[in-house]
Amino acid sequence: MSTDSTSGGAEVGQPPTAESAATGPLVEVREAVKYFPIRQGIVFKREAGRVHAVEGVSLTVRRGETLGLVGETGCGKSTLARCITKLHPLTSGTLLFEGQDITGLSRSQVRPFRRRMQMIFQDPYGSLNPRRRVGSIIGDPFAIHGEGARDERKPKVQELMELVGLNPEHYNRFPAEFSGGQRQRIGVARALALKPSLIVADEPVSALDVSIQAQILNLLEDLQREFGLTYVFISHDLSVVRHVSDRIAVMYLGQVVELAGSEELHGRPRHPYTNALLSAASVADPDQAAARQRIVLTGDVPSPIAPPTGCRFHPRCPKAQEICVEQTPPLVARAGDPDSHLTACHFPVAPGEDLTRVTATIPEEERAE
Amino acid sequence: MSADPTPGGAPEPADRTPALDGAGLALAEPPAAAAPRPGAADIEGRSPWQLAWIHVRRDRAAMISLAFILLLALLSVSAPLLAHWIGWSPTDQDRTQGLTVDGLPVGPSGRHLLGTDNLGRDILVRVLYGSQVSLLVGVVSTLLAVAMGVLVGLVAGYFGSAVDTVLSRVMDLVLSFPFLLFAIALVSIFGSSLAISVFVIAFFSWAAVGRIVRGQTLSIREKEYIEAARSLGANDLRIMFVDVLPNLLAPVIVYTTLLIPIAIVFEATLSFLGLGVVPPSPTWGNMLSDSLDFYQVAWWFPLFPGLALLLTTLAFNLLGDGVRDALDPRAERLFQD
Repeated sequence: MSTDSTSGGAEVGQPPTAESAATGPLVEVREAVKYFPIRQGIVFKREAGRVHAVEGVSLTVRRGETLGLVGETGCGKSTLARCITKLHPLTSGTLLFEGQDITGLSRSQVRPFRRRMQMIFQDPYGSLNPRRRVGSIIGDPFAIHGEGARDERKPKVQELMELVGLNPEHYNRFPAEFSGGQRQRIGVARALALKPSLIVADEPVSALDVSIQAQILNLLEDLQREFGLTYVFISHDLSVVRHVSDRIAVMYLGQVVELAGSEELHGRPRHPYTNALLSAASVADPDQAAARQRIVLTGDVPSPIAPPTGCRFHPRCPKAQEICVEQTPPLVARAGDPDSHLTACHFPVAPGEDLTRVTATIPEEERAE
Repeated sequence: MSADPTPGGAPEPADRTPALDGAGLALAEPPAAAAPRPGAADIEGRSPWQLAWIHVRRDRAAMISLAFILLLALLSVSAPLLAHWIGWSPTDQDRTQGLTVDGLPVGPSGRHLLGTDNLGRDILVRVLYGSQVSLLVGVVSTLLAVAMGVLVGLVAGYFGSAVDTVLSRVMDLVLSFPFLLFAIALVSIFGSSLAISVFVIAFFSWAAVGRIVRGQTLSIREKEYIEAARSLGANDLRIMFVDVLPNLLAPVIVYTTLLIPIAIVFEATLSFLGLGVVPPSPTWGNMLSDSLDFYQVAWWFPLFPGLALLLTTLAFNLLGDGVRDALDPRAERLFQD
C-alpha cells in the first residue's frame, strides 16, 4: 500500500527539481493512522467513540519538492500535517524523517529534529503571541535551541526580517501593528530561522486577501529556490495548490484518494472526488466559468466518527456500486496512468467522461473500464 | 482615513510579476509592505501598555484614587518623620491634656488635630502609623496570593487532566474554608503577629486568583501560537512563562488592584478581633475596636480610623475599576486588534 512507486515514476508536466535526485525521500509516512478519542463521563472517563482523523495514509515527500495536500475542511489534512511535525503522536503507522524513524520519539528526543522541520500556520493573527514583540517572536527558535547569545540574536533576526520583506526597524513592534500579510511574513521568518529542510505550511494563505496571497506564495517560492526547501503545502484552494505544488495529494475523510503530479492531476483527474473538486474551483474567465460542467455532490461529508465502509466516498459518489460499499480501493496506479499517478477508486473516471450524467444506483459496466 | 486608499496598515500591492519572471528574489525586490508610507514613517507605535495608561489617565475617578494612594503611601513612609514633627509618638500618652477629667478622650484641638483616644494618644499619629500596617499587609499579602495563585492556576490550566483536577479541588477546598475560624485557630496556635496576618490573608486569597488564571490558561493553551511554540521545540516551562504568562498579565493586574482593598479590610478585621498586630502598635482595625466603648462620647475616635479605612479601600477599588476598564474589556482589541 505504501506509495513506493512514486520514487521511480516519470513525472508528467512537471519541472524537474535538482534536489529530488538526492538521497532518499525527506519524509516518509507509512500507514499513518490518527484517532482522537471522544471521552465521556466526569470522573471515570470512558471512550465513547473516536474521530478517525487520518486513516491509513502513506506518503512520500521528496527533497526539494512541494507536495500539496488538498481536501475540504475536516478531511484530516491539518491533522496529517501535525502528525508529520510531531505535534500529534500517531495512533499507528510509521514516520520517517531523513531516513530515521521518529515515530515513537518522546518530546525531548524529537527536539533535535524540530530544527529541521518547521511549520507555518494558517492564522496569521492566532499564530503570533499578541503580547510579545516581533523580534522576540522571530528570535524564539534561536532562544529555544540555544543558538547564539542574546545580543547576537538581534542582527540575525533582523537579517531574517529583511529576507522575508519586513522592515528590520520594526523589531520592537507588536504583532497587532502589522497587517495580515506582514504577519504571515513574520511566521515565515520564524519558520526559516533555523534553516530547516522541511516546512509544513498549513493553509498559509487562506486567511489572507487574494492580492496578499500572491505575495506570500511568491515569497515561499523564492525562499524555496534560495534555500532548497521542501514544502508540504496544505490548502483547500485548488488553484493555489496547483500554482505552488509539484505533486498534489487529494484527501477525503482521512484518506488520500488521489496522488499525482500537479499538471497531471489537473489534466486527467481520475478519482470522482477530485473531479468534483476541480469542477468547483473558481475560474477567472466568466465565459469559461459559465461553459463548464459543475459536478454537484449530494449530501454532506459523513461523520469521521463513523466513517462509511469500503470506499469512504461511496455515499456521495456518482459512480458508486456494490463493491465500493464492501471494499476499500487501494491507492495504486490505474490502467493507462503513469506510475506516479495513484488513484484509490474502483471505477476511476476516464478522460472526457461526463460525471453529471452518471447515476450511482445503476451499474454501468462499460463506464467501469 | 477615508482619503487614504489603504486604511489599516501599510500598502501591500500584489507584486506578483517579479517572481513570475524569475528575475527578482524577495530580497532583491523589497516589497512595498516594508516601505513605510510617506508621512507615517515618523509615527511612533504605541505599546498596548501605553494605550492602557492613556485610557486610565482619562478616568478621573481612577486618577484621583491613584493620587490618594500615592499620597497615603508617602505619608505612611514618612510617618516617623511626621510623628516627630507633630510631637507625639504613636504610643505616647498625653498625661496632662490627653484625657478629660472624667478620663474620656479629648476632641480635635490645636494640640491634637484629630483628638485623642481612650489612653490619651494622638489619633492623627496613630492613623498615620496604622496606614503602614494596612498598606504593608495589603500589598505583601496580595503579592503573595497573586504569585501563588498564578503559579497554581498556570500549572492546573496548562497541564490539565489529573493535575488540573487535583489543583482545582484544592482551590475549591481553600475557597470553602471559613476564613475567621481558621484565622482564630491559627492565631491561637502561633500567637498573633504581622507575619501571621499576612500569611492568613494570602492563604485565603490565592485560590480566587488561581481560578481566574486557570480559566484564562485553559483558553490560551489552545491558541495557535502555543502550538507554534511547541512546534519550535519549546518545553513546558518556557511555554508557560514566556508564552502564556504575558497574556495573563492584564487580568492579573486588574485582580491585584482589586485584591489589595480586600486584603486591607481582612487585616482590619483581624486587628479588630485582636488577632492581628499586637496592640500597642496602632492599626486601623484595633483603633476601631478600642473605640467601640467610646463612640457615643467621642465621635472622632471611630471616625478617623474608619474614614481612613473607607477612603483607602474606595481608592483602591476605583483604581482597580479604572485599570479593568483600560485593560480588560478592551484588552482583546488593544492587544489582538
